[in-house]
Amino acid sequence: MSWVTKTLNSTLGRKLIMALTGIFLILFLVVHLAGNLQLLIPDEGESFNLYAHNMSINYFIRSVSIINFAFILLHVVYSIVLTRHNKKARPVAYAEAKGSTNSTWASRNMGILGTLIFIFLLVHLRGFWYRLKFGLPDKVMVGDAEVDNAFIIVVEAFKNPIYVGFYVLSMVFLAFHLSHGFASAFQTLGLNHKKYTPIIEKVGLGFAILIPTLFALIPIVMYLQSI
Amino acid sequence: MNLTLKVWRQKNASDKGGFREYKVKDISEHMSFLEMLDVLNEELLEKGEDPVHFDHDCREGICGMCSLHINGKPHGPLQTTTCQLHMRSFNDGETITIEPFRAKAFPVVKDLVVDRGAFDRIIQSGGYVTVNTGGVPDANEIPIPKVIADEAFDSATCIGCGACVAACKNASAMLFVSAKISQLALLPQGKVERKERAEKMVAQMDAEGFGACTNTGACSAECPKEIKLSNIARMNREYFTASVTTENV
Repeated sequence: MSWVTKTLNSTLGRKLIMALTGIFLILFLVVHLAGNLQLLIPDEGESFNLYAHNMSINYFIRSVSIINFAFILLHVVYSIVLTRHNKKARPVAYAEAKGSTNSTWASRNMGILGTLIFIFLLVHLRGFWYRLKFGLPDKVMVGDAEVDNAFIIVVEAFKNPIYVGFYVLSMVFLAFHLSHGFASAFQTLGLNHKKYTPIIEKVGLGFAILIPTLFALIPIVMYLQSI
Repeated sequence: MNLTLKVWRQKNASDKGGFREYKVKDISEHMSFLEMLDVLNEELLEKGEDPVHFDHDCREGICGMCSLHINGKPHGPLQTTTCQLHMRSFNDGETITIEPFRAKAFPVVKDLVVDRGAFDRIIQSGGYVTVNTGGVPDANEIPIPKVIADEAFDSATCIGCGACVAACKNASAMLFVSAKISQLALLPQGKVERKERAEKMVAQMDAEGFGACTNTGACSAECPKEIKLSNIARMNREYFTASVTTENV
């Protein structure tokens, strides 16, 4: 076994992969949110459609999106590998365990939260990404360019209150996942110091509240606009 | 105090085991938890029954030999060792659940006794300085800043009781291993072999079948010696640095 596989197959190495992919996905959330917020610009979706069009023709963005998909899969696969390993480490469970007295609920249920977010992701990709890529979307003129009307797909989707509810609930799961994951990633990378760890924890908490809230605001506002 | 004890009884490693209930009467609130178990065992011996086996040694909170998972927490409701836990922490008439520490790497030997030899093997894999560093040096002969000395000492207070493993939802030994890696990595005598040590001790920890870390912080919250989570971050730094810089290809 080479030193690379030995390191990455150790419990520490596997956590390193979780942390690095996690931080990448945190950055992705920011970029994704910046794009989504254009849905709220009152211009009949012109800015959003142009943005979506430019994303789809830019080779750099398309390459990063492939990396993004790969990292999501890596994050999921390694979480399964680690969870299986961790379950094996305690074959006989305690009759009584008071986890709530020594740790946060989110930190003990990252796997469940992650699974719920993954289910959301599948529904989300089917509803938007798949429909845009393979669903022969309507065309719309923005300036001189004919682009896919991504905006109308979103408008239609967020007319459904059940879908909006599912979206908002999923953002709550994301918030809890981030409330532990953000700071935890830095700890795994070995970054723990009395100078900056309190800052990381505060930023992480702020991020976990702000980003999912803004994500959830979009379907709520669009649903209210539709009725 | 009168108490009901729900105690895990298991004949040997291969026995399936199960809970048995015992009543103990007239327990003084000033007794330590282990003394209360001594009372139970005296009664069991008088009746000709097999006493409840549990680990203990110094009963001063410094050796790390006592264990027990009491009412859902390692070493019980207080952040101290079981021997330093007193019956005043419980209420009259209460039912107390007593289980062994649960981990694949800590197999049950009998009743509440678990084999924590995995910790010894981790230490044997690199938790020491290989050369003789001589007697106690004169004061200030080796310059070590006070903050570093304090940090190393804090890590060195780990008594290796295994409460971190018992508390962790993954039965991870990272708090223990990181404390041992830290105390040596921080001091001049230990620094020379810090890389090899990190690689070997982490490899042995994994080989023993302990879980990975989810950074829940349960270990540190339950540790009777209050070993800090920053030790785990230091272990990660030591290990990843060692991985990319040692001669071991």
